Amino acid sequence: MSIEVRNLSKHFGAFTALANVSLKVGTGRLTALLGPSGSGKTTLLRIIAGLEFPDTGDDREAGRVLFHGEDVSDVPAGQRGVGFVFQHYALFKHMSVFDNIAFGLTVRPRKSRPSRAEIAERVHELLRLVQLENLGQRLPDQLSGGQRQRVALARALAMQPKVLLLDEPFGALDAQVRKEMRSWLRSLHEKLHVTTVFVTHDQEEALELADEVVVMNNARIEQVGGPQEVYDRPVSPFVIEFLGNVNRLAAGSGKLHSPGSDVLYVRPHDVDIQRGAAGAHALRARVLHVFSAGSYGSVTLERIDTGEHFEAEIARDRLRDLDLKQGDDVNVVFRHVRLFPRGQFTEADVRDGRLSEAPPPGTPPAHGAGEHI
Amino acid sequence: MAGTVSTLAHVARHRQRRSLGDPRWVRVALIGAALLFVALFLVVPLAAVFVEALRKGLGPYFAAFADKDAQAAIRLTFLAAGVAVPLNLVFGVAAAWAVAKFEFRGKALLVSLIELPFAVSPVISGLVYVLLFGAQGWFGPYLGAGDHPWLGAWLNARDIQILFAVPGIVLATVFVTFPFVARELIPLMQAQGKEEELAALTLGASGWQTFWRVTVPNIKWGLFYGVVLCNARAMGEFGAVSVVSGHIRGQTNTIPLHVEILYNEYNIQAAFAVASLLTLLALVTLVLKNIVEWRHRRAIEAAAAADLRQYAQ
Repeated sequence: MSIEVRNLSKHFGAFTALANVSLKVGTGRLTALLGPSGSGKTTLLRIIAGLEFPDTGDDREAGRVLFHGEDVSDVPAGQRGVGFVFQHYALFKHMSVFDNIAFGLTVRPRKSRPSRAEIAERVHELLRLVQLENLGQRLPDQLSGGQRQRVALARALAMQPKVLLLDEPFGALDAQVRKEMRSWLRSLHEKLHVTTVFVTHDQEEALELADEVVVMNNARIEQVGGPQEVYDRPVSPFVIEFLGNVNRLAAGSGKLHSPGSDVLYVRPHDVDIQRGAAGAHALRARVLHVFSAGSYGSVTLERIDTGEHFEAEIARDRLRDLDLKQGDDVNVVFRHVRLFPRGQFTEADVRDGRLSEAPPPGTPPAHGAGEHI
Repeated sequence: MAGTVSTLAHVARHRQRRSLGDPRWVRVALIGAALLFVALFLVVPLAAVFVEALRKGLGPYFAAFADKDAQAAIRLTFLAAGVAVPLNLVFGVAAAWAVAKFEFRGKALLVSLIELPFAVSPVISGLVYVLLFGAQGWFGPYLGAGDHPWLGAWLNARDIQILFAVPGIVLATVFVTFPFVARELIPLMQAQGKEEELAALTLGASGWQTFWRVTVPNIKWGLFYGVVLCNARAMGEFGAVSVVSGHIRGQTNTIPLHVEILYNEYNIQAAFAVASLLTLLALVTLVLKNIVEWRHRRAIEAAAAADLRQYAQ
């Protein structure tokens, strides 16, 4: 079941939660809505579920939600065939795990309601699926966070939804459980292939788990693409800053110079450090701090020309060869940089993908560094 | 090993308690003062009711209830409470539902209005009904042609009397006990939020199914508590009922009014005997309230214990 939303806008009083958002989600895909809090991702999810309704404007075509090409904008939440998992699970506190999962089946009208035996069989099947076989008679309060989350998931799956929507599915879990649940959810998705959309503010989670990432900011969609694509070819300063670590350096002054842009972005792992004397074009930096743990070492540097601080990630072997000491002056090479044109982005720039396909070339900002080497 | 740990914990807790506690004399003085106050203002008067009621023995005690007027008063009190409590139960749940689960203009005003009967003196509440339904009132039922004769004429034509009759007493009781259930439920339902209801909605439940299967089980203890308090007040209300009643013996006297009449006639023993009925009601209310709170605490503790077991695994 594919999902499509067209020109959704939503205001809460003076606050704009969504500003003319359109999106398509492919059948059977696992899609992440990623953005900071207040970016509108949860509102978008709730509108897809039918728990929230978009503003109605003059345009009759605006603010539509389509499932598999069929307009469901006026279909109530309970009839959309959507499984929704709430951030804090919203389990029915007074019901056992079994009754929670069975709820969606037992409230059906008598005609389409399965028999007691069928319901019990279905619930046990789901309990096996979420690995809670022996906990059917517990109350939600007697479960751990991860277990509650799986109950919520089983409850949503009980009605065999065509679309599964998860609001911050791992938000309330601690780090260790979160990692486990992530890979578990991924394997569950491989098994069921239900079209799934989940909301997260954790970029690592989105990149690791999703087939497709929708980056949202300020009530708008900034970029849609595979995890690799949004990470490697971000279309706006927001996306590059939100996804992963990045150094933001002034490009209009000192050794770095580019006519079209004031700032330059470079990922720490695209920064290389070289020993040697200062060349005419080389960017010089002073070593402030060296930290080495794991397979990569992290070096904090200070630009000599502007005094800006930035980070470099250097492979451990190379770091040993360089033998950096605090206060050393070194040459810096950027393997890969990203520039965005001066001034505000227009929406058209983002939508037409002009930015992602052809970043403004500009003169190579530093010694030996261009778009690609 | 585990034994050592628990011993250490015990010692630490013991030490902490000593260093955090107040000096002994402060504790004794405070507890003593509190107990003295409770004894003087609560226990002694309560005991006095029963002592006075039983002063002449059990025979006269029960004779006070055998009186025809006393029985009429008891019947009327139960009737008023029997109408007011279910009405305010339905109203209270509806109001709490609206306030807790929806956003709308004028919500703060609605909440204030619900609390109005608490803010207004019950005597004023009664006077309002006299103003509305009295002989010179807006709806002037006896004149049939007052300033605003339409409702009065309508009631008059059907021979319905409000003031100095049972309907007036019921109306005044409903008004005075209006806020109890709603006030108990609003904070509870606001704290619970509406996520569970939304979850039920996404699972295909109708509004009615959601209400009975999700909302009611979540609020049942709060609801019960509100009803108990509402009932206690409905039976014990004096001021508002006194103004609208007219004190017609055997017809418009409730238990509190009957007690007053007996007292004014220097029939002290009978007055206290009937009063002991209301006192018993108050005691039953207290016991019920404590059972509710105890059950509630037990549920929370059971949940916490289950959590601990979870961590121990």
